[in-house]
Amino acid sequence: MEVDQLQRSFLEYTTSLFREGFLDGQFGQLQMLQDESNPDFVVEVVSLFFEDSQRILNDLSITLNQQNVDYKKIDANVPQLKGSSSSIGAQRVRNACIAFRNFCEEQNADACRRCLQQVKQEYLLVKEKLEALIRLEQQIVAAGGAIPMLNEFS
Amino acid sequence: MNLLHVIGNLVLVVCCWFLSLISLNWVSNGGIMTVKSGLIGGDGGQIWMKLWDQISVFGCKIQHHYSQYIGPKKLRKNWWRKLLIAWILCGIILSLSVFWYMSSLALDKRKETLASMCDERARMLQDQFNVSMNHIQAMSVIVSIFHHDKNPSAIDQTTFARYTERTSFERPLTSGVAYAVRVLHSEREQFEIQQGWTIKRMDEQTPVHEDEYDPADLETSPAHDEYAPVIFAQDTVAHVISVDVLSGKEDRDNVLRARESGKGVLTAPFRLLKTNRLGVILTFAVYKRELPPNATPAERIQETAGYLGGIFDIESLVEKLLQQLASKQTIIVNVYDTTNFSDPISMYGSNTSSDGMHHVSALNFGDPIRKHEMHCRFKQKQPWQWVAITTSVGILIISLLVGHIFHATVNRIAKVEDDYNHMMELKKRAEAADIAKSKFLATVSHEIRTPMNGVLGMLQMLMDTRLDETQQDYVRTARESGKALVSLINDVLDQAKIESGKLELEEVSFDLRAVIDDVLSMFLGKSQDKKVELAVYVSSKVPATLVGDPGRFRQIVTNLVGNSIKFTDKGHIFVTVHLVEEASEMEFERDESLSGLPVVDRRRSWSKFRSFNQESPATSSSSSDQINIMVSVEDTGQGIPTEAHSSVFNPFMQVGPSITRTHGGTGIGLSISQCLVHLMKGEIGLASSPHIGSTFTFTAVFSNINGQQQVNGSISSSEFQGMRALLVDPKKIRAKVSKYHIERLGIHVEVVPDLSLGLTNTPTVNMVFIEEEIWDCKNVGNPKMLILSNSCSSDSARSPFAITKPLRVSKLAASLQRAMGMSSGGNNLSREIHALSLRNLLHGRKILVVDDNPVNLRVAAGALKKYGADVVHAERGAKAITLLTPPHLFDACFMDIQMPEMDGFEATERIRKIELGIKNGIEDGELSVEAYGNVSNWHVPILAMTADVIQATNEACARSGMDGYVSKPFEAEQLYREVSRVFQTMSDESH
Repeated sequence: MEVDQLQRSFLEYTTSLFREGFLDGQFGQLQMLQDESNPDFVVEVVSLFFEDSQRILNDLSITLNQQNVDYKKIDANVPQLKGSSSSIGAQRVRNACIAFRNFCEEQNADACRRCLQQVKQEYLLVKEKLEALIRLEQQIVAAGGAIPMLNEFS
Repeated sequence: MNLLHVIGNLVLVVCCWFLSLISLNWVSNGGIMTVKSGLIGGDGGQIWMKLWDQISVFGCKIQHHYSQYIGPKKLRKNWWRKLLIAWILCGIILSLSVFWYMSSLALDKRKETLASMCDERARMLQDQFNVSMNHIQAMSVIVSIFHHDKNPSAIDQTTFARYTERTSFERPLTSGVAYAVRVLHSEREQFEIQQGWTIKRMDEQTPVHEDEYDPADLETSPAHDEYAPVIFAQDTVAHVISVDVLSGKEDRDNVLRARESGKGVLTAPFRLLKTNRLGVILTFAVYKRELPPNATPAERIQETAGYLGGIFDIESLVEKLLQQLASKQTIIVNVYDTTNFSDPISMYGSNTSSDGMHHVSALNFGDPIRKHEMHCRFKQKQPWQWVAITTSVGILIISLLVGHIFHATVNRIAKVEDDYNHMMELKKRAEAADIAKSKFLATVSHEIRTPMNGVLGMLQMLMDTRLDETQQDYVRTARESGKALVSLINDVLDQAKIESGKLELEEVSFDLRAVIDDVLSMFLGKSQDKKVELAVYVSSKVPATLVGDPGRFRQIVTNLVGNSIKFTDKGHIFVTVHLVEEASEMEFERDESLSGLPVVDRRRSWSKFRSFNQESPATSSSSSDQINIMVSVEDTGQGIPTEAHSSVFNPFMQVGPSITRTHGGTGIGLSISQCLVHLMKGEIGLASSPHIGSTFTFTAVFSNINGQQQVNGSISSSEFQGMRALLVDPKKIRAKVSKYHIERLGIHVEVVPDLSLGLTNTPTVNMVFIEEEIWDCKNVGNPKMLILSNSCSSDSARSPFAITKPLRVSKLAASLQRAMGMSSGGNNLSREIHALSLRNLLHGRKILVVDDNPVNLRVAAGALKKYGADVVHAERGAKAITLLTPPHLFDACFMDIQMPEMDGFEATERIRKIELGIKNGIEDGELSVEAYGNVSNWHVPILAMTADVIQATNEACARSGMDGYVSKPFEAEQLYREVSRVFQTMSDESH
């Protein structure tokens, strides 16, 4: 496949992700941090995010399925997820985390479970999107092209 | 509240006093004499004292109770109620007793009146009776002398009748007088023959009417031992002649008693024969000879010659008597014969039942056996006691009124207390609402700022891309608008903070000149657009580094300059910074303004400052390390009308509604500035004339950085150090400004008003600055020529370098570098400057990043690495402490605040403690300096990383010993600011 086309579809995909609100400016910042000296920065960070989030989500599911919900544990875990999601710019996950945290403060177990489901859903969605994006990136790199910077698309 | 309590107490005490007085009066009503005698006796004073003591003790007790009960409200209420009821009962009892007392007094008086009237009547009756009696006795003497002692008798019936008739006025009480002679049985026949009639028997059983009365009808008296036939009689009683008075039972007793006693004797009252009215008969015995007073009854009987009787008509008697007296109508008089005590015989008066008040007076008619009484009654019943009734009702009303007042007072107090509590509740709620409002504002502002930062960041990124002119312009406009919005939000947030008193000033060292330069550069574009000259002059006496809050200081200056820019369309805006001490030496040059336009006298703007009105402010401020700075912002704008001067510092107040439409803005800038100035212990004032301009002046107190006073604010590292420059400017004040800026680069400046003059006089100058005004194109000399221009669009073809005003040290340095060929071509985009500077700052630095979140850690590390830093990460606070325990090689540390186990604040505190311990250890000689890399004063800069820029973060950071904070995710500008600040102070300290 031509590099050009790949690059264009990469840009289109990225903009659609921004447009649909899956990602925000922070992801752009991440992309800007990636340069020759640090070529796999985005992939590294994103996979770190996946690992970390998966662990947190598992923890949360276990905690919430217990008879006596340990809100302290949730209270520690949710901000962490919120922090990492805002760091990579997954803003829909982050927003879901904010709502989650509010219910956690109210100690509303049912609402917390609903929120967890939502956070999971958002996480899976953004994971899918990001994986697709990374696949595209790798294809571009494999095709010998440079990954276009988002802001070069005007 | 207090006043009401006092009044309540007073009322209580007065009531008690009143009550006890009344009770005292009441108790002493019977024994008032004792009290009075006590008073006279001399120990009355003591009694009164005791009484007063008791009263006051009672009052105190009540007060004590009152104050005791003031706590539990319900109890107090009940207490009040009981007291009120007791008071009303007291009032009722008092009024009743007063009524009783007064009416009994009236009754007594009435009784007295009755008694005196009755006695008076009785006495008169008695007197008149006695007069008649005496007369009858006299008649008995006459009869004795003229009838019995003369023979033949000098009196016959006719003489007797005439005499009695004519002397009847002497006996007003007698209706008739008759004389009966004693006749023994033996003498009867002779007597009857002598008189010519037989002795008749008295028939009392069948009294007959006067008209039918005929002595001839009477039976002849039966034979007795002796007889007492009437021989003489007054005409009124002529019918009794020949009647034997001894034959009637009553008369017989009378006659027998009379002759035994020799005194007047009365019969019981009986119906008179003719008149049928009640009457009594008085009988006197007539003796044959005068008897000695001690004669025995037997002797008296022996000597009796006859009997003289007078008939008393008691009824008419009394009536006559009463008619003679006044006030006959008011009383009823009854006269009784009470000889037989159990059955008194009524002699006069109607026989009404005597239920009401009556008085009895004894009557003495001279007969010791017969007893008579006079009973008097008032005809009318006792009238209503109006005085007593009104008095008691009055007292009742007064006591009820007092009770009502008391009740109303208590209710009022309770109501006021309730209201007070209610108000307190409302106040609490209002305060809570205020806090909620502030919180809401803070939260909302924060929530708005976060997305706005996103918008601004994206716009900035967009500007970095390849855009054509139009697009660039659009983006710039969007960015400016966004920035304006953010600053507005910040203003609102500030206002909220100021209102809730939560604004605290920082205490950090800063370069005032740099801050002013920054502010100026912010307004660069605007001033150039408007063709307004913007200049700054900082007095050389102002220290280079001050300790205070640069952010807030910048805010004030920005507000003032921003305002000036808004309202100035031509001329200049001139910011000057002096020490307050210099102000008095400053002179006002009317002709010499920066742009040549007239300006207001700036001294008027601080004429109202307290520090100038007080004496010797200069000595006090200069003696300590307090630096009193005075900043003036002078413009040649449209000015402020005089009437609006007082209100410009009020929040949301603008000169007029048209201003808002023309210039926009919320009008809180000046209000915030004023608050900030007050926080900096300064004052703000203005002088303004319409169409000439305004000058705002404020003072602020900063502390001097310890000891080292760098009076000269030059940048020591400048490569222009020691160069000489010639400044050609005919205007003194403008030359002063330019000179100030050029001198900051360490260049020695000489000012000449004319170029030719300067060049001839001083040939050894490295550069010549010429004011654009007097630039002559042909004149190109050997030294570097620089033009000071107001507009950036000056024709670059005109050869020498033009330096666009306003002058700033960085701009000047860059331009000079360019002009002197020292530097490569600059890049104007601030972001890239920041990035470049960051790279310079961070390159090769060893930085520790502490964050429990691996993603965040990775991102932060990536960002820092991009700027060439050598990044080490730590995931736990504990690890950070281990790594940062001296000696270490880290230049700085970025620490996440929210971490499990140990948060950023705690970790920092511990690190600081360790550092302090080492410092102390080295000072005490316990630890060797060599072991810690020859550094005794370890202080690794720690910057907090936080996602929430919450209000308390700044203070919290400072408290735990952090040097600053950066928001997550990193923003180049903020990162640059913080990092440069931190490394700057580090280099300062190492110097």
